[in-house]
Amino acid sequence: MAISRRRMLQGLGAAVALTASAGVGLATSPLRPSRSASGTPEGGADSQRQWAFVVDMRRCDGCNDCTAACQSTHYLNKDQEWIKVYEVKARDGSTYYMPRLCMQCENPPCLKVCPVAATFKSREGVVLVDQDRCIGCRLCMAACPYNARYFNFTDPPRPPGPFDNPMPEFPVPQRRGTVGKCVLCAHYTSRGRLPACVDACRMDALFIADLNSDVMTNRSGETLQFSRYLRENDAFRYKEELNSSPRVWYVAGHGQALEERRRR
Amino acid sequence: MRATQPAEEMDVRQAAVRPILHPGELYWLVVAGLLVVVGAGVLAYAHQFRDGLGVTGLNQRVTWGVYIADMVFFIGVSYGGALTSAILRLTNAPWRAPLTRMAEAMAVAALLIGALFPIIDLGRPDRMLNLLLHGQVGSPVVWDVVAITTYMATSVIFLYLPLIPDLAFCRDHLGPAAGRLRHLLYQRLSLGWQGTPRQRHLLEQNSTIIAIIIIPLAVMVHSVLSWLFGVTMRPGWNSTIFGPYFVLGAMFSGVAAVILVIAGFRKAYHLEAFIEELHFKYLANILLALGIGYAYFMFAEYLTEGYKMEGYIVDEGSGPLLEALMVGQYAPLFWAFIVGGLVVPMALLSFPRTRTIQGIVTASIMVVVAMWLKRFLIVVPAMATPIMPVAWGSYMPTRVEGAITLAAAATIPLILMVFFRFFPIISIYEMEEMAEANAHRDAAAQHAEAD
Repeated sequence: MAISRRRMLQGLGAAVALTASAGVGLATSPLRPSRSASGTPEGGADSQRQWAFVVDMRRCDGCNDCTAACQSTHYLNKDQEWIKVYEVKARDGSTYYMPRLCMQCENPPCLKVCPVAATFKSREGVVLVDQDRCIGCRLCMAACPYNARYFNFTDPPRPPGPFDNPMPEFPVPQRRGTVGKCVLCAHYTSRGRLPACVDACRMDALFIADLNSDVMTNRSGETLQFSRYLRENDAFRYKEELNSSPRVWYVAGHGQALEERRRR
Repeated sequence: MRATQPAEEMDVRQAAVRPILHPGELYWLVVAGLLVVVGAGVLAYAHQFRDGLGVTGLNQRVTWGVYIADMVFFIGVSYGGALTSAILRLTNAPWRAPLTRMAEAMAVAALLIGALFPIIDLGRPDRMLNLLLHGQVGSPVVWDVVAITTYMATSVIFLYLPLIPDLAFCRDHLGPAAGRLRHLLYQRLSLGWQGTPRQRHLLEQNSTIIAIIIIPLAVMVHSVLSWLFGVTMRPGWNSTIFGPYFVLGAMFSGVAAVILVIAGFRKAYHLEAFIEELHFKYLANILLALGIGYAYFMFAEYLTEGYKMEGYIVDEGSGPLLEALMVGQYAPLFWAFIVGGLVVPMALLSFPRTRTIQGIVTASIMVVVAMWLKRFLIVVPAMATPIMPVAWGSYMPTRVEGAITLAAAATIPLILMVFFRFFPIISIYEMEEMAEANAHRDAAAQHAEAD
């Protein structure tokens, strides 16, 4: 485990440095996962990632930069917010912001109901959609407890250049008549880059994590021990009681960290 | 029903085949009118096929709407036709004979239309074959495909079996006026029926088997349809009674539709001598019982849902689903269903003064329309309910959805009208069998009296 963690850190450090400077051409990153190991976090091979996500709501100021970055990365119609920031009014009158991306459930209700197995889980634990197979019945959207799935009612914006062969990890352009969703930027993470939303979060509220190496990191390169962070900050999973085992953890709050930052 | 035998026999035969030869002047007018409505729907679908589901009122929150309500509605109507006929056959209800043909034909017609809606609702109908190539046994959509196709095959056989002797009758008795196409049809489809005792025995046996098979099949079809909703965790759908609830709703709307079909053809083709007020009263009893049953199921569903305040999200201040239905944005539709689909029709069916053909037909029209509304109320509010901390979603169907729905409704009478231009509208064979049985019974009774 120790070696794995060190390598993870190296990889993530390199990724952060590179995204900060150049941000492209990382196909040879040491983070590229092997495709041979099993999909479970426990049984994962040494180099196998099991992606997870942490949202620290104490830091989120509701700027929606993550949504915009995601939409431009994936050339989405404006009604598709693969990461959506909810403005929530608490009973005490205060407001907080809750970014919601695909929860990457380990037991995904959307995957179970798909009639043609267009929805599947990658070896890294990311729930993906094969848009060349999806028939557009939208039962997955009815089944998702998080409204995390979106339907392409109209043609998506055309990306420039030769993007004509979308793949589940990088579904650009979207296909009209099929369902799309957050793919946790599988095409970036496999090359050691941060997901677009994490990379866009100036508040450092979004973290990408790996369950195998027990490490999480954000845009500024804060690199923390994942399990310890969850424990010490009372992290929780949204609608845990539904037993879909989401892989997105939340730290509750009302912008406290935001205030600190302003004072500084 | 036990009037002078030979005269009535002739009447049945004439009445049953008259629409084939002389449908009347109004026939073409009605067909033309229905074709206009159907044509508008076909154009609307062509538009949707070209431009995608963006032409509907559906959106990221309410992703299922009118088409899913249509699917449940039309398949439900079909179910009512098949089940009425099957149950009446198995219980050997003597009054069923003049009604079964129309009920069975309506079952097939409504199913053909209902089965189109899952396809109309698809984002990529061109990839429909993926359901066969990549079908997943765990998905309720695949359960539907299996159930609906099996049920379709069975209901066609269910319609066809009692048709065989009638086709032989047409083959032997309809003159050249029927045309070569029809004669070819009668020749081929009557399978060499001569009415021998062995043939009659086989027919009897197989009709009973199919009638037995079709009941659990129809229950299955409507149960798996309900589980499209029941397997999700949405407020309003997350219910264990959805299977039986949908089955009963299907029978309720189906029997009302059977009454309308029978009333319509009775009037158009002057079948008053065979379909009497008594038939309507029998069907009204069934409809009344089903309506009370449906009201009970609905009460059970809403009570438990409301008690647990399903759909209530504390932080957002959005009320529970039941509140939206009863006093909120869906209240007008909800109460329209309660009053127009349950209270008034049940009253019309209960009081002797309104238990006339007119009253029963009025009640049936109300039930059919209200049951479509009910399906809309099952599908849409549950989709619009917030399940995340946001406000309610909204949905307003477009003209495309309206045109396709109206076209579907118009297709059913159209199919039936065309069908009865080729096949007898009343089962001659069953009517004569029934008359024979009655004659036997009368003879036996006279014997007993004489002894």
